[in-house]
Amino acid sequence: METQVKQVETICSFCGTGCGLDVEVENEQIVKVKGHKENPSSHGETCVKGALGWGYIHSDRRLTEPLIRKNGKLVPASWDEALQLIAHKFSAIKESHGPDAFGCFSSSRSTNELNYLVGKFMRTVIGTNNIDSCNRT
Amino acid sequence: MTVFGTGAATGSYDELENTDVILVWGSNTQECHPIIFNHMRRGIKNGAKMVVIDPRRIDQTKLAHKYLPVRVGTDIALANAMGHVIIEEGLAHVDFIQNATEQFELYKEKVQQYTPEYAEKITGIPAEDIREIARLYATAEKATICWTLGITEHHNGTENVFSLVNLALLTGHIGKYGSGLNPLRGQNNVQGGGDMGALPNRLVGGWNYDDPEGRRLHEQVWGVPVPEKMGKHQTLMLDAMETKEIKALYVIGENPVQSDADGHHVEKLFENLDFLVVQDILMTKTAMMADVVLPAKGWAENDGTLVNSERRIQRVRPALKGPGISRHDHEIVQDIANSMGANWNYQSAEEVWEEIRLLAPNFAGVTYKRIDEEGGLQWPCPDENHPGTPFLHTRLWSNDVGKRATFVPTDYQPPAEVPDEEYPLMLTTGRRLQFYNTGVQTSNYKKVKNAEEAIEIHPDDAAHFGFEDGEVVRVSSRRGSVETKIKISNKQPRGLVFMSFHFPEQANTNLLTNHATDPLAGTAEFKACAVKIEKQVEGSVLTEAKV
Repeated sequence: METQVKQVETICSFCGTGCGLDVEVENEQIVKVKGHKENPSSHGETCVKGALGWGYIHSDRRLTEPLIRKNGKLVPASWDEALQLIAHKFSAIKESHGPDAFGCFSSSRSTNELNYLVGKFMRTVIGTNNIDSCNRT
Repeated sequence: MTVFGTGAATGSYDELENTDVILVWGSNTQECHPIIFNHMRRGIKNGAKMVVIDPRRIDQTKLAHKYLPVRVGTDIALANAMGHVIIEEGLAHVDFIQNATEQFELYKEKVQQYTPEYAEKITGIPAEDIREIARLYATAEKATICWTLGITEHHNGTENVFSLVNLALLTGHIGKYGSGLNPLRGQNNVQGGGDMGALPNRLVGGWNYDDPEGRRLHEQVWGVPVPEKMGKHQTLMLDAMETKEIKALYVIGENPVQSDADGHHVEKLFENLDFLVVQDILMTKTAMMADVVLPAKGWAENDGTLVNSERRIQRVRPALKGPGISRHDHEIVQDIANSMGANWNYQSAEEVWEEIRLLAPNFAGVTYKRIDEEGGLQWPCPDENHPGTPFLHTRLWSNDVGKRATFVPTDYQPPAEVPDEEYPLMLTTGRRLQFYNTGVQTSNYKKVKNAEEAIEIHPDDAAHFGFEDGEVVRVSSRRGSVETKIKISNKQPRGLVFMSFHFPEQANTNLLTNHATDPLAGTAEFKACAVKIEKQVEGSVLTEAKV
């Protein structure tokens, strides 16, 4: 097989500094991460976490498929099965207890696009402002 | 932020290289934000004086012009005493106060009682040092204050922030290049999460949830009414889980069962739920309690934007496909919404961003194309020809000030829990350089040393209790108890011990911490609780592991 090598510019996943990184990938494996020189916040610098702390992304503990609880145990499921279960349960709880019986802890580790959409979901589909994002850290 | 109407750092990192005084207050910047610290380091080379205000003699104190070893939780007393000195010695910026601020008289009255001698008793900082630093800050041409969780992770964290804002208003160190107020954010999109309205009291783009204009705009774009009642912040949601008022919870990329204060209590609250959905990249303790676990793509796999601590909107781009049948975070939310009857049809992260631009005036000028071509842009960026904004609040120096910045007088209150006979030591918590939060990402990465938890203690305290370096001990608070090792350290002052929270499998530090909460922000008091340390008996987990 021919080796596929590429370099992608992105932003570090750790603290709020937002250092620019160049990620070198070979056959779906990260081989090197270094600072992106043109990034206006970090000018090519990165700390030990940014340069070396990415091993978790290839961890064998990564979640690879949806899991649902059956007879007390989490077992693999298809997306359709998992989404139907959520729709069924969320709708039933909304029906009997109203929208303020819901809460959401959103992620200050994920994108603006995620945070925007989950806010829209809680406010327009569920109907509550009960959403927070660990954002006091 | 109540004072200025925005909740963000006012300046840019580069300004740290071109300022005269940097107050680093409750922030172990060198270990927690190493690249921001590099900016400070260059600033010091350029002649800036750095003052470190922290209970622990952390490494960055070596580069400090002055180190003030403030007692845990007494920051307001110190800040108010600095304000007292600045007013008393005629160093306040009278023109700025008159033109751009309000409630100065109330503040002046409040800090009257905070003489340096009174504050010395509370903070442990000599009165003369308080005077010296007050003069240094007030008389500098440019001066900036940076802080992190040492200020906010207290039961009165919001008031701690006000006490620092007051100093900037008093001296006019705001709204100018090289002068500012900079909270350094601990996670890569804390700023963006708030900007996007993932908050109980804010809509997208910083609109207050009850602002009529903001609500109208959202209802126009969303096509449905926005809920009228203010939401619950995280701590209030946990309370509502206790009373079973909240029955269903959707958790994304967080591990609250291990990261929140008083861990035993939080775990029980999660058992109370009727239905828990967790969306994450790795199996966490919280995910193990879920009814449905959804696999998300993670860093280097996902697509979208983040906002950093200098308000810069930057692109993350996929380099990897991601494992199995994992999906993008924003795709999963769309899938759930559509399964409940919504009819969303976003084909990409960029299409989501285009909708955000309609709702958030400060982001309206930022497009993916511009970020790709020009690099990240700093908000506010109201239109596509706008270059972005390196520092905020220049209006405070103009003839047309608009809404004035308000002094918010605050009083010192002791931490919610203080040491006593039974629990004689104060525990404070934080991060270490190579590790991160509950260790989901970092607990097994290679090439780093010190990969275990330990409790750091002053040599005299260790001698007093008869502990040796490396000895296994049991640390207990009123809420829980963990085993760990003694690490004798000159960083600690007498009476204060330190643990991180990176290794919950070894020692779950947050079983000890206090749930007492800042009523304004809902932040738990991670930074102060009373503990006792006891010699460990044989047969403990750690002692067995050693053999």
